Amino acid sequence: MTFRQKHLLGIEGLHPDEIRTVLDLSEKYVDLNRSANKHGDVLKGLTQINMFFENSTRTQSSFEIAGKRLGADVMNMAMQASSIKKGETLIDTALTLNAMHPDLLVVRHPHSGAVNLLAEKVNCAVLNAGDGKHEHPTQALLDALTIRYAKGRLHRLSVAICGDIAHSRVARSNILLLGKMENRVRLIGPPTLMPAEIGAFGVEVFEDMEEGLKDVDVVMMLRLQKERMDGGFIPSEREYYHRYGLDAEKLAHAKPDAIIMHPGPMNRGVEIDGTLADDINRSVIQDQVEMGVAVRMAAMELLAKNLEAARKVPEDA
Amino acid sequence: MNDMLLTNARLIDPEAGTEVAGAVQISGGRIAAVLTGVEAAPATGLQVIDCSGKCLAPGIVDLGVKVCEPGERHKESFRSAGRAAAAGGVTTMITRPDTLPAIDSPEQLEFVSRRAAEAAPVRIHPMAALTKGRQGREMVEIGFLLDAGAVAFSDADAVVADTKVYTRCLTYARSLGALVVAHPQEPILSAGAATTSGKFASLKGLPAVSPMAERLGLERDMTLVEMTGARYHADSLSTAVALPVLERAKKAGLDVTAGVNIHHLTLNVLDIGDYRTFFKIKPPLRDEDDRLAMVEAVGAGLIDIISSMHTPQDEESKRLPFEEAASGAVALETFLPAALRLYHAGQLSLPQLFRAMALNPAERLGLPTGRLAEGAPADLVLFDPDAPIVLDRFTLRSKSKNTPFDGARMQGKVLRTWVGGTEVFAA
Repeated sequence: MTFRQKHLLGIEGLHPDEIRTVLDLSEKYVDLNRSANKHGDVLKGLTQINMFFENSTRTQSSFEIAGKRLGADVMNMAMQASSIKKGETLIDTALTLNAMHPDLLVVRHPHSGAVNLLAEKVNCAVLNAGDGKHEHPTQALLDALTIRYAKGRLHRLSVAICGDIAHSRVARSNILLLGKMENRVRLIGPPTLMPAEIGAFGVEVFEDMEEGLKDVDVVMMLRLQKERMDGGFIPSEREYYHRYGLDAEKLAHAKPDAIIMHPGPMNRGVEIDGTLADDINRSVIQDQVEMGVAVRMAAMELLAKNLEAARKVPEDA
Repeated sequence: MNDMLLTNARLIDPEAGTEVAGAVQISGGRIAAVLTGVEAAPATGLQVIDCSGKCLAPGIVDLGVKVCEPGERHKESFRSAGRAAAAGGVTTMITRPDTLPAIDSPEQLEFVSRRAAEAAPVRIHPMAALTKGRQGREMVEIGFLLDAGAVAFSDADAVVADTKVYTRCLTYARSLGALVVAHPQEPILSAGAATTSGKFASLKGLPAVSPMAERLGLERDMTLVEMTGARYHADSLSTAVALPVLERAKKAGLDVTAGVNIHHLTLNVLDIGDYRTFFKIKPPLRDEDDRLAMVEAVGAGLIDIISSMHTPQDEESKRLPFEEAASGAVALETFLPAALRLYHAGQLSLPQLFRAMALNPAERLGLPTGRLAEGAPADLVLFDPDAPIVLDRFTLRSKSKNTPFDGARMQGKVLRTWVGGTEVFAA
């Protein structure tokens, strides 16, 4: 068991062993969450603050449940409604919260790097719940756990990530994680939604979906934001669905046992056919939500342990 | 204005392109004689200063310094910028008009000239905006501003997007012989960008602009310069792809010069690292290949001028997420040591550096400074190119401390600075 991080800011700084540690511990919590008594106490007495500078229902609830199941005192702050409107800077907000002595700070922010900045200014463990177009590490970890459950392994798999790669922090974290665990990653999408020089990350890029899906083990669909649909990045919703929406015909190019994933919330009929999304033989979308809670419990437990160990050592020792 | 003799110096002459042992005699605020080799016999009755074999060069003429008066004096005043300049070997600052409000009327310009004269120990020549409020809609009173002392006209980093307005500005400026300084960039393509597109921007998830936006901007400007015959200077080229456009324009005989900022010669996009906002500048830092191409272009003389593009920002404007943070870096005091990195790397000689940092900008603006010649104003800098320093940003004289070189190991220390024969700095 190795996990040396003070914060969970991204997948970029994690060692493969640390990823395995999180996933192994998560499995324990999957079992706990499926049992009648879902309570643990490893975060007992600790304060967890969820600071969401951007709307979120799913991720925020997942972190909230994870914290509560482990006994933490959980507080949610809807940041877009409060101090930002009053002109307070991110750092001042962080320092204000820091003075309340939280132990775990879960942060989502619309700007890339904002969570890194905040982590420098507080003395508790910070979990990145998504920063701009940068990273969303717990999503990548829960995706990894889902794949490991469904496929029995997390290496030497061929994984296709499809859709709006350019604006997706989920895609970035997944590319990094799957690469570290020695999988083949294929990116599929229109060139207007593909980041510059993404090939440098050791991925294969496809503009044709059927070609890209050929013989893959995992099909990971991304959400297409509504505001990107009209003319700006793609001509129209219906042309996008025609070329990049996942339907049975396109899926037939993947391996017969390929699984379908989606970080949610889904746009049925835009990036994915509704029937496929509900197909219990292929879709693991509901499993992802379940794994999400377990992964967040594991990540918070590991960070809390490191925090406790760090606090035992005096600062100037 | 003491008459004196600076002996035992290593003379850096950008005009002759030489580096020789010798002495400089100063009289009445001007260089009275440049003595090389054995003829350097001390004249009697003069104050003699032994330069101990260190480098004596014409003072730096820095085109494009932002002093935050009027409007944001807490970031930088004429007094603080002047002291920083003197300590950095900068004897002439060409100030930018992108203040709050912009310097777009003769009255504003007179304010700048007055403040500069009363507060700063170095020479200051102001640039005026090209359009009112730098809004790109109406031209300023170019004639009146020239009379009031504007040395060039520039909307700084605001690109005049309306080509009809821009064409008229260029045509009118040409009729008065005024120099237009521009920041070539395709403004729509680069809108919202915080860095250069590529692997780094993709990894960090930052909004980015292709280097091609600079080429597009320069191509447009060269076309309009050809059309209007205006005198034009591109103040901050930074990409390899823009260089062939510049070369073509020069070969075609257009009255065009170009500059590069010291940060684009010494840093690249990877230096941003973990969203370090002190490395957020405009234009953004580029790839290493671009940096090397710019260094080579300075060596070849294709790029004429190196500027510090000194841009003070307070802590509040920088302690923000990278996308939201302000652009710019202070550079007056790090200009010379940063430039000396290129000398120590064997990429540019000292005369080449001072040609781009002193002689060429002075010539382009029609100033008599920037040379080590008899009759030229005695604006001089004495420096030790080898002295090691570790930069501590809190020791900077600028009010703002936003330097990307904090903690950097550099070589080069300014020992003394003279403006018109008067010592304005001594280490």
